[in-house]
Amino acid sequence: MAELSVNLNGLELKNPVLTASGTFGYGTEFADFINLTDLGGFIVKGTTLYPREGNPYPRMAETPSGMLNAVGLQNKGVDYFINHIYPEIKDIRTNILVNVSGASVSDYVATAEKINTLDCIPGIELNISCPNVKEGGMAFGTQCSSVAEVVSAVRKVYKKHLMVKLSPNVTNIQEIALTAEAEGADSVSLINTLMGMAIDAEKRRPVLSTVTGGLSGACVKPVALRMVWQVSKVVKIPIVGLGGIMNATDAIEFLLAGASAIQIGTANFIDPSITLKVVKGIDNYLDRHGFKSVKEIVGLI
Amino acid sequence: MFLLTLHSDELPPISPGQFVNVKIENSPATFLRRPISVHDVDPVKNLLYLLVKKAGTGTRILAGLKEGERLSVILPLGNTFSIPEYGRCLLIGGGVGIAPMLHLSKEMKSRGLSPVILIGVRSKEDIVRKEAFEQHGELYYTTEDGSFGEKGYPTQHSVLSQHFDHIYCCGPEVMMKAVAGYAYKNNIDCEVSLENMMACGIGACLCCVTDTHEGHKCVCSEGPIFNIKDLKWQS
Repeated sequence: MAELSVNLNGLELKNPVLTASGTFGYGTEFADFINLTDLGGFIVKGTTLYPREGNPYPRMAETPSGMLNAVGLQNKGVDYFINHIYPEIKDIRTNILVNVSGASVSDYVATAEKINTLDCIPGIELNISCPNVKEGGMAFGTQCSSVAEVVSAVRKVYKKHLMVKLSPNVTNIQEIALTAEAEGADSVSLINTLMGMAIDAEKRRPVLSTVTGGLSGACVKPVALRMVWQVSKVVKIPIVGLGGIMNATDAIEFLLAGASAIQIGTANFIDPSITLKVVKGIDNYLDRHGFKSVKEIVGLI
Repeated sequence: MFLLTLHSDELPPISPGQFVNVKIENSPATFLRRPISVHDVDPVKNLLYLLVKKAGTGTRILAGLKEGERLSVILPLGNTFSIPEYGRCLLIGGGVGIAPMLHLSKEMKSRGLSPVILIGVRSKEDIVRKEAFEQHGELYYTTEDGSFGEKGYPTQHSVLSQHFDHIYCCGPEVMMKAVAGYAYKNNIDCEVSLENMMACGIGACLCCVTDTHEGHKCVCSEGPIFNIKDLKWQS
């Protein structure tokens, strides 16, 4: 039994396995399948200042070894989260992070300020990379100037762990990560979904109501690994790797590429208990190769 | 269509209208699980029956399973049809949408109701599970080519001239909307079973939503059964 705990710049995780926002609801959806306290933590659904209905159906398309989604940040707003959801989950003894999204810098700031008041939420994941909303999300995450603007503004008001979720839909992910680091991010998580599309040839129209959507699942893993590895070569803050992790071996590959922790996303849909299988698989791997701690394999590549 | 019989050492209680989410092994093209409605349950022998239409790669793989092979199935999922204490119930199924109607009619009969079952198919050759349905209710058919039962669609069948208090419908969306239109017009309580494309099946991903008077709702966890008065179907 190797040591699985990791410290993400002050955020203590009992193991490196987190869940990706938007794939794990508010955690409680998975309570029938796993003991939530056995997770390193979970990141709840993207939360915005005001309620959002999201995009019209259809908002999902299955693709080879993956899927496209265009949910569009459907959520009931931060006040609803604070008043109705937070009381239900706050006593779950693991790290619960809130994914914060916005349509403007002031929205991000106002939402982060409200989350900052919640004792049992040790951090936020700043979502500057959602490809499915017109007015915000990814628009902030694809240029260094806007990354700097939103991260520094949120940093001023948010006192706990600030994880910034990066978009892969950029020319140079290193520059974006360095900008987030320079503006005070405690960690970066990558990658969000890759922008893609699906067409129904028989009907001669796009599958998704929004035409384009975010690609996730096993098919994105090579791209995600490459980006984690590139970012690990330039930033000093911890990296949380995600993108197509379907099993423990995939997770270990991200750790080797330089991630200190990982998130499991789409795989939760196929096996709702995959997270804890990955924790066990990492443990077995470390034992098998004679490592005493998971920290020893981070960034070996 | 084919009948898949699954055995599990343990089977939790499953109610009419609920579905299961089946993993298709070793098939990258079918990355996600396949939601399939429950056709029938034998709680004594721990058997679960799924009626599946060969529609794509996933269902073709299921059709090719050999006796004794194992499947990963998450169950039971979703809400259930509401079964009234009394009143005349009409169950309408079209195509593979007949699947949940067997479980529903069986449960209704066991509670002392006498459901009327109306099934719409293209042609006589498409009729399956007729003997099973006959055990649980008064059975009628429509065929589009007139080769069996009455010619036309379920909404054109003469049995609709009788009085019904509740209608339950599962089938192609165009058929469910036609049935819903009839129910709206005649002020009949009506529930439909939706089958939007799903990813997680447990209300986590919010992919399979349908528009309701209370905003988007997940078909997987807040459905698949919806009362038509909650849907924005009335034109």
